[in-house]
Formats: sequence, C-alpha cells, structure tokens
Amino acid sequence: MELVQMQKSLQDYTKSLFLEGVLDSQFLQLQQLQDESNPDFVSQVVTLFFQDSDRILNDLSLSLDQQVVDFKKVDPHVHQLKGSSSSIGAQRVKNACVVFRTFCEQQNVEGCHRCLQQVKQEYYLVKNRLETLFKLEQQIVASGGVIPAMELGF
Amino acid sequence: MVCEMETDQIEEMDVEVLSSMWPEDVGSQADNQFNVEKPVGDSDTLKEVDIAEKRTMADLKRLPELMNTTDQGSSQLTNLVRQWEYMQDHAVRLLREELKILTRQREEAEAKELKIIEEHNFETEEPENVPVLDETSHLFRRFRQKKRDELVDSKRVVIDEEFDTVAYWKQKALSLEKMLEASTERERRLIEKLNESLKTMESHSAPVEELTQNLNRAEGFLHFILQNAPIVMGHQDKDLRYLFIYNKFPSLREQDILGKTDVEIFHGGGVKESEDFKREVLEMGKASKREITFETELFGSKTFLIYVEPVYNKAREKIGINYMGMEVTDQVRKREKMAKLREDNAVRKAMESELTKTIHITEETMRAKQMLATMSHEIRSPLSGVVGMAEILSTTKLDKEQRQLLNVMISSGDLVLQLINDILDLSKVESGVMKLEATKFRPREVVKHVLQTAAASLKKDLTLEGNIADEVPILVVGDVLRIRQILTNLISNAIKFTHQGKVGIKLKVVSEPSFATDKEQNETSVWICCDVYDTGIGIPENALPCLFKKYMQASADHARKYGGTGLGLAICKQLVELMGGQLTVTSQVNSGSTFTFVLPYKVATSDDHSDDQDEFSDMVDHHQPEPDDTTEGHFQFKPLLGSIYSNGGPVISSNSFLPHKAMLTTTPLKLNNGFVATPSNNTGQSETVQVENGGYMDESRQNCPESGNQYVNGNGRCSSKESESCSSSQASSEGGGVLEMESELTVSSLREEEKTETELKETSKQPKILLVEDNKINIMVAKSMMKQLGYTMDIANNGVEAINAVKDTSYDLVLMDVCMPVMDGLKATRLIRSYEESGNWEAAIEAGVDIKTSENDQAFVRSTDRLPIVAMTANTLAESSEECYVNGMDSFISKPVTLQKLKECLQQYLQ
Repeated sequence: MELVQMQKSLQDYTKSLFLEGVLDSQFLQLQQLQDESNPDFVSQVVTLFFQDSDRILNDLSLSLDQQVVDFKKVDPHVHQLKGSSSSIGAQRVKNACVVFRTFCEQQNVEGCHRCLQQVKQEYYLVKNRLETLFKLEQQIVASGGVIPAMELGF
Repeated sequence: MVCEMETDQIEEMDVEVLSSMWPEDVGSQADNQFNVEKPVGDSDTLKEVDIAEKRTMADLKRLPELMNTTDQGSSQLTNLVRQWEYMQDHAVRLLREELKILTRQREEAEAKELKIIEEHNFETEEPENVPVLDETSHLFRRFRQKKRDELVDSKRVVIDEEFDTVAYWKQKALSLEKMLEASTERERRLIEKLNESLKTMESHSAPVEELTQNLNRAEGFLHFILQNAPIVMGHQDKDLRYLFIYNKFPSLREQDILGKTDVEIFHGGGVKESEDFKREVLEMGKASKREITFETELFGSKTFLIYVEPVYNKAREKIGINYMGMEVTDQVRKREKMAKLREDNAVRKAMESELTKTIHITEETMRAKQMLATMSHEIRSPLSGVVGMAEILSTTKLDKEQRQLLNVMISSGDLVLQLINDILDLSKVESGVMKLEATKFRPREVVKHVLQTAAASLKKDLTLEGNIADEVPILVVGDVLRIRQILTNLISNAIKFTHQGKVGIKLKVVSEPSFATDKEQNETSVWICCDVYDTGIGIPENALPCLFKKYMQASADHARKYGGTGLGLAICKQLVELMGGQLTVTSQVNSGSTFTFVLPYKVATSDDHSDDQDEFSDMVDHHQPEPDDTTEGHFQFKPLLGSIYSNGGPVISSNSFLPHKAMLTTTPLKLNNGFVATPSNNTGQSETVQVENGGYMDESRQNCPESGNQYVNGNGRCSSKESESCSSSQASSEGGGVLEMESELTVSSLREEEKTETELKETSKQPKILLVEDNKINIMVAKSMMKQLGYTMDIANNGVEAINAVKDTSYDLVLMDVCMPVMDGLKATRLIRSYEESGNWEAAIEAGVDIKTSENDQAFVRSTDRLPIVAMTANTLAESSEECYVNGMDSFISKPVTLQKLKECLQQYLQ
C-alpha cells in the first residue's frame, strides 16, 4: 500500500515537473532510453549534466566578472549549456540560455549578468527537482517496487 | 474727315510694323519711323482720340459707314467734333488777343498822330488808310471821325497863317513837310505791322491742320507702343469679314485680308475653331476670351489668346466683332510643361503611395506568414515529441484497447505533423526562402524510384506505370529533391483517389511553352512535360478552379472521406511555378484525372556524365544500382498482392470468399484487432484480420511468403503487413465510418515493419555511423537512442576528429553537429566534400588539419562515393538549413534529437 502511494506520488511529482515546464518531452525520450540493459541511464545522463553544468556556470561567472568580458568565450559556454539542457529536456534552463545568447550577441554585459542569474536559478530549480525525483525513485526501488512508466496522457 | 486721314495712313501701313509675333522680316523698318514726340495737347484728349486711331488696314468704304452707324463710331466722332470745337475756340481766343494788341497799338498810333496834328495844327494830305478791320474796330472808326474833325480844324489854322511873310511860310512849309514825312513813315510801318498781324491771324485760323498734327502724334505714339507688341487687332463684320486689321501677318496684302473671313485667309488647325468662337461671341452678344492654337502653313504652330467683343450699332443691333489676339505660344508651352510636370508629380506621388501601401501589405503578409511558420515550427517540435513518445509507447506491452487508442493518437499526430510540414514548405516557397538547387539527375531513375516507393506502400490493387519518351535526356539538371517531392505528392494523391485501374507517370519533351518568361534560355535547356494520370474518381469541373488553393479539396465530402491536409497540390503548384513551370489538370468524373506539369531543365553535357554518376545514384538509389536504369523508359509496378493476382490466375473465387464472410459477420471486430507486437504472433494476427475482411485476402495470405521474398528485400514478414493494411483499407472503404481504423492499422503495421527491419539489420552487416558532437550529454543521449534503434556508432568530438575518422573508416552516414569547438561541422563537411571531389585531403591539410599519413594508401583507395552527412542544428530556421545545404550537407535534423527524427534519418540514408 505504501509502495503504491509512493508510485502515485512519483507520478504526480513527475507530472508537476512537466506542467511547470521544468521538463519537456525530451526528458521522456531519456526515460524511454532506459531499459533493462541500461537501468540507470536517466540518472547517469542527468548526473553528467549536473557536473557539466556546474563547471560551465562556474566558468561563465568567472568570464563575466572579468574587467573586459570576452564574449567569444562566453557564448560557447552558453551554447554548450543550451545543448545539454535541451538534450535532457531541462526546458526552462534551455529557454534562459536562448535569451542569454541574444545578449551575448549584443555584447550586453549587464544583460548577460542578469541572464546568468536567471540560468542559475533555473538550473538549481531543475537540479533540485530532479534530485528529488531520483530520491523518490530510489525509495521505490529500495522498497522493492517498480518505477512506473510515465503516462503520456497529461 | 476721319476717312481722309486714313487714306494717308493706309499706304504706309501696308509695309510697316513687323511685330515680333510674325517671324519673317518683311518690309523695311525705315518706313516705320514715327514721330515719337510727345503730343502737345491735353493727354486726356489723346486718350480719347486713340480709339479712332486703331487701324492699319481698313475697308475705306465700309469703315466710315461703320464709324457712323455704331455707338463707338459715333462717340468717337463726337469726341473728334468736341476736340475740333475746342481747337476752334482756342484759335478764336488767340485771335481775339492778337486783335486786342493790334487795336491798342493802333490806338496809340492814332493818339500820337492826333497829338502831332494838334501840335502843329496843320492839314495833311496823307493817303487814306485802307482799314482792314474797319468792320470790327469801332475804335478805328471813331478815330477816323475824330481825325476828320481835327483835319478841319488844322485847315483853318493853315488858312490863318497865309497872311504872314513868305519866309515865314517857307520855313513853316518846310517843317510841316518834314513832319508829314515822319507821319507817312509811321503810317507805312503801321500798315506793315498790320499786314504781319493779319498773316499771323491767318495761320492761326487753320484748326484742321492743328488737329491733324495732334492725331498724327497720337497715332505715332500708339504705333510706337504697338509695333512690337505681339498683338493682332481687327474688326470683322457680322459675316466675319475683315474690315480692319492691325499687325496682320506681314506677307498678307490688303486684298488678301479685307472682305475675307478667317477661313478664307488661313488654312489649318485652329482656324475653324477661332471662326466658330467669333461666331459664338457674335451670337451670344457677350465679350469673351479663348485660347486657340493655330496650326497653319503660313506661320506654323502658334497659340493665341483671343479676345472678341461684339459691336453694336446705335439701334443696338450687332454689326460685327472686334477682336484682339495675343500670341501666347511660349507661355502656353511653359504652362503645359508645368501642368505636365505637376501631373507627373501627382502620378509619381500616387504611385509612391500605392507602392508604400503594397509594401506595407506585403510586409504584413510576410509577417503573418513568418508568424505562421514560426508557430508551426514551435508546434512541430513538441508534437514530434508527442508522436515519437507515442510510437515508442506502441512498442511496449499494451492491451488491445490501449493500442487502439494509441494508434488513433499516432495517426492524428502524424496528420498534424504532415500539415505543419506542408505549411512550413508553403511559407518557405512564398517567402522566397526556398532556394532551388541545380543537381544532375536521371529522370528515368527518379520516376522509377518514385513509383517504387509508392508501390512499396501501396494498399490497393493498382498498377503503377512509368513511361518515359526516348527523346527525354538521360541526364538533366534541376532540383531533383523538389521534383521528387512534386511527383511523390501527385502520385500519392492519385493513388488516394483511385480504387482500381492504374496510376502512372509519363514523361515527354515538349517545345518551349508560351508561358515561358525566361527567353534567354539557351539551346541546352529542354522542357519536359510530365503527366501523372490515374483512373480514379476524377474531379468535377466546378471543383477544378479551387483545386490548387490552399486547404481546399474538391469537396467537403471528399475531405471527410479521404482525409489529407489540402495543402499537397498547393505546394506542388508553388514548387512548379518556383521552378519556372506550370501545373495544370484535366479530369473527368469517374474516369480519372491527369495532372500535367511542364518544367525547364538544363541538359547536362555529356562530359559531366561520369562525374556525377555517383552523386546521382547517391541521391536516388544508392544501394540498388541497376545498369538498365539509365536507358530504360518503361516501368510497371504492381502492389505485392496485385502482382500475385496478375501472376496467379483467378482473382477471387467466390467459393473461398463466402465462408470467411460468414465468419466476418459472426466474429466481433474487437476480437480481431488484438494483434500484438511480438513477431511470433504475427502470422496468426494477420490471419485473423484477413478472415475478418473476407476472402479477398485469402490468397494473399497463401502467397505471402513468396511475394515477400520477391519484393521486399527478403523480409518475409513485411508482405503480410502489406496485405494486412490492404485488408483494413478494404474494410474501411466497404464499411465506411471506420476510416480511422485504416490509418491505425497502417501505422501500427509500419512500426512492426520497422522493428523487424531493425532486427534484421542487427543480424546483417552493421552500417557504420559517425556522430560528430562535442556535448557529452548529447553524445550520451544520441548513443543511447542509436542503441535502442539497433545501431552503434563512432564518436568524433569536433570537425578535425571527424575528418580523421572519415579518412580512416568508410562510413555509411555522418551525423554532424554544426556548432563545435576547434572546427565546426560546416567546415568539416566542406573539407570532406572537397576530398570526395579531388580524391585528396589537400584542402583539409591547408586548413590546418593534422592528417595522419600512415593510412594514406587506404584513404586513396577508398571509393569516392558521396558520404551522406546529416547536420544536427540547434535552430531550424531557414537560413541555417540553407547554410547546411550550401556547405554540402544532405539534410539536417533539429536538436534536440529524438528517437523519431533519428529513425527517419536512418531510414532515409541507410536503406
């Protein structure tokens, strides 16, 4: 009974992530790629994403704090982050990156700073949510349950 | 009196006055010297007089008459008379003054004489003066009387003196004589003076002469003013015959003008108009002005401003007109020029505003279209996600109801995707973003391939045929992708609306059609007419006009029955027109339609032939090279089951049909729909479906494995899918209302087909795929997807690595990220293409790529087949995809990569 509840709350939680736009259908793609031969695929990818993004955000902060901002250095970072977030379906991070890149194009330092804050905020949000999601999943698995397949009907 | 003066003037006038109005310099100016001295008389008088002076040439008999009978004439005469009287009075006054002076002198003289006589008291025998003015001078008479009296007195004195001495008398006589002499002398002087006075008086007493002088001066003044004025003046009688004209054209003589009308004198444009105008004024009785342009032989083209006033006699009857013409040719010309300029200006302004409006509208339209395209694009990405997920979902274990629902979902999603793709295509064409590419291709192979593709998915018993005329060149240049798109579209359209008979493509060379705009096309271009015909339901005539319109189908009924977006034909038409051709249709209800498009192609020169063979075959039919393709002009394809029928005797036996039909009626539909994905169940499942649909399928089931081996690359299961989908379509057309079922089943069967294909490929030789991507996460995801699709792939992290990988290994497909560090995908692709063309990596080495030479030999041995390179781009905007194509990429998939996109791509390039 508890397990069923956990499964239900996992489903609800996942659903809420989609409804809030934190994640998009690309995340479902990841989930679809996870199978018996690769049971931890999603968390592997997401973990890689976290590592990668932490580094990128760190680099970005450093680059933007320079006296003279080298946009040629900033832009590839943002591009990279955009590609990664897009690949795992972190939709809001991706969208923030899109805005970020336009400011890079305009060489707008102030705009870039604002965007970096925005990107960070979105990134920590998605990171937080995904970590919670994995925790829930782990709990279910630990209880001997099966992670329910995502419903496509929302 | 007036007449007399005129006579004097006329002769002079004949040769005088060359106004600037008249071009030729006829006559001498010397004759025209006028007395320009200011007239002495009152200036008012002069002005009054000048009316009478306006004349140059006059009908001497008629004009005085005119002068006497008209108001103006009589007033002029009155003026003259008044003037004359004034002059007379003036003369009289002068004379009187003179007389007064004379009288006073005489009085003085008389008084002196009287004094002398009184003084000397002596009688003189002076001669009688003959008084000239005795009648007028009372003084003189009185004086004479007095003198006589005095004389009597003096005689008496002299008689008194006779009684003195002789000497005294002598002396007396002598002095008296002297006095007499002096007196006589005075007398004589007086007479002289008197005569002189008389003479002066005579000269003053000629007023006419005075008047004439004044008139001459006035006339001279007028001539002075008028001689160079571009003015013609005249008077015409009520028959519009000239009585008087001033400043006439110099070469005309008196007899040429007087007594004649304009029409008689001049010939050419405007003469009649002026005559009519004069007549009009005469009739209306109102003075008026008009501008008339004359075009005569005499003086060419000249514009006159003509003022005409009617002339009345004293009885208020019209007797003619006065007219005055002023030459305004230059002014008119200027004015017209101005008007024209102003008009041009206005027109230009109007055009400008029109243009602005058009631009505005166009911009608005473009914006709206762009908006639509953007929206479509935005919708497409998530939708493809939904559909992709649904497809993945369909591979999992589902109960039959779920599957049914899922199938509906997938087919609906596919339809929306197709619609959006169509909209994007259309907006690309309309916004001019769609660029055509010129590639060499073989029309025969294109037709064959299109038919082959169509046959592969054919679900009806139709014959597909291709017929290419011999004169169609083996190799032409055009945008093969677009042409294939058109052909595929038309063919699928034809198949959709055809239930039996055949669908075909016919190619022939035609002469340059009339609509061709590009006249400069040289002799190496050829117009090929392509007919796509069917024996389908046809199109009613009234539906033909809106057939190519967007979102339109022949009728709402058809739209419901056959589905589709209604954009296919519109896109075809736009594409054909974009390529400079024309798409037309002829149709007959119930017997079929023919869509015809005529397109220009460049004929590829033969020396290019060998060069592009690879390029072409790569594009069309890389993996199934058939030597006959280049010249073979006739193809025929039958659907898998159709071919079975044609090869295998009787089509449907009613015996075998009936029992299944019975079964169908008794078996609930639901039961038969529960097919499952596992291949092991496949046969059984397809059997149930066939049973459901009756005996029509019966034979196909029996023949299935065999036909499969023949037609579907040795994939036996596929044919059973074909028959399955066919049977369902049959069911839908028979039963109606189950249209959705058709697509459901089709889609699901396709999925299975793909899956089996995938399984097969895993066992057969693995295609070599290279992923060039720098983002670790993307690599991870893509790799996982590939794995799910049954492929493995190599990874390169940037363009340089990609080049090295391509150099060392023979890949079947490269997925290339565009934006990468070190070397981006576009450049890497260019370098790879350069290698394919030149056979060496010099361009890459030049670009700084460290080519490892160890495997050089292998690299050169490698075949120079065109390697399919698919771009992976983060934004799918038109320019970006353009860039991909320009740099030699074959197509692109937009990021993020999904299973669906990857699958489609692999299907396209790994046949």
